[in-house]
Amino acid sequence: MLELAIGIILGCCALGAGVAMIAGIGPGIGEGNAVAKACEAIGRQPESKGNVTSTMLFGCAIAETTGLYALVIAILLIFVAPNMLINVLMRALGR
Amino acid sequence: MKKQKSRRTRVLDILYLSMMLLPLLSALVIKVLTAPPTEGITITGAQIYFTVPMPLQDLPVTESQVNSALILISIVGLCLFLTNGLSVRATSWRQHAAEWIVLKVRALVRENMGEYFMGYAPFIAAVLALSAFSSLSSLLGIYPPTSDLNIVAGWAILVFVLITYYKLKCGPLSYLKGFTQPVFILTPMNVISEAATPLSMTFRHYGNVLAGSVISTMIAAALGKASSLVLGWLPGALGEFPLLRIGLPAVLSLYFDVFSGCLQAFIFAMLTMAYVSGAFAMEEYFERRAKKEEKKKQKINQTQQTEVI
Repeated sequence: MLELAIGIILGCCALGAGVAMIAGIGPGIGEGNAVAKACEAIGRQPESKGNVTSTMLFGCAIAETTGLYALVIAILLIFVAPNMLINVLMRALGR
Repeated sequence: MKKQKSRRTRVLDILYLSMMLLPLLSALVIKVLTAPPTEGITITGAQIYFTVPMPLQDLPVTESQVNSALILISIVGLCLFLTNGLSVRATSWRQHAAEWIVLKVRALVRENMGEYFMGYAPFIAAVLALSAFSSLSSLLGIYPPTSDLNIVAGWAILVFVLITYYKLKCGPLSYLKGFTQPVFILTPMNVISEAATPLSMTFRHYGNVLAGSVISTMIAAALGKASSLVLGWLPGALGEFPLLRIGLPAVLSLYFDVFSGCLQAFIFAMLTMAYVSGAFAMEEYFERRAKKEEKKKQKINQTQQTEVI
């Protein structure tokens, strides 16, 4: 029984991490849009390349934030949560 | 004609250089001495060196805290080394480098924050240098402090304090009024977005650096496994040596450690500038100050008139 419980905990943590990383789609699309528009702008005005590039990098970094939230949650679920949850289970069972 | 350096400058040079390099070396030595023996590649957090007993909760002193303090000392050494032996006409490469850094940072601050905030140039330079060197320190093999949540959270809280200070400059009432700004119902949203500022700054920087180290570690481990599967049939040491691990991790490290580290430092500094200068309602502040001074003048005039009467 205990093995089953621990297995469910580990499996659900891995599943949760995978589901959390679905959020990676959003920043991918957003940054792709940003870079596409930046390329267009540079094509139209090649002399403003430096400004456009630095603004694009800045915007990309901000668009990345939601993806990074998901990443932090996934990393916590993989490396931190299993140990913690198994400890809670053990304490509940009195071992 | 080249001027001869005086003996004092040379001694100070050696002193500052050692101040720059010894902390990094000592971080490496500490890491080698205290790292637990592991087999293969593992992903671990920062090691706890010792804990200091505190009334509320024990304070663990971790690898990342020690490393960030050592990097601070190293940056101070670098600054002292660059500015040692300054002359009015720049002749040495060190002075040129120092002047270039100062001019660049001042131009950046002037462009992004305005003339009123020029006093922030040293702070922004410090944030940039600390963040960039902390991320780049992983190239030396020591644990990068920026991949620890606590270190970056400390910087973000510092920035949050600055933001709140500049919002409070127009008086506490207008600060509280700012929360109910478009409509009164949106107050909880405004409070959440206020708290999300340091949170997002922390997660952005720390998540990027940590993700880079996790991904490069996993790829290095996978390449080791793959080479033992593919090339394991080769005789002797040739079969045990992870040949496939050569090359690709270096390219990844170039992106994750060098490019991403410098980019995140730049973005952290840019966000600091944007938030701090955006928090300060300059026109309102100067209006308030002008009104106050007028009131003071009126009072003085009144008291003078009463005295005359």
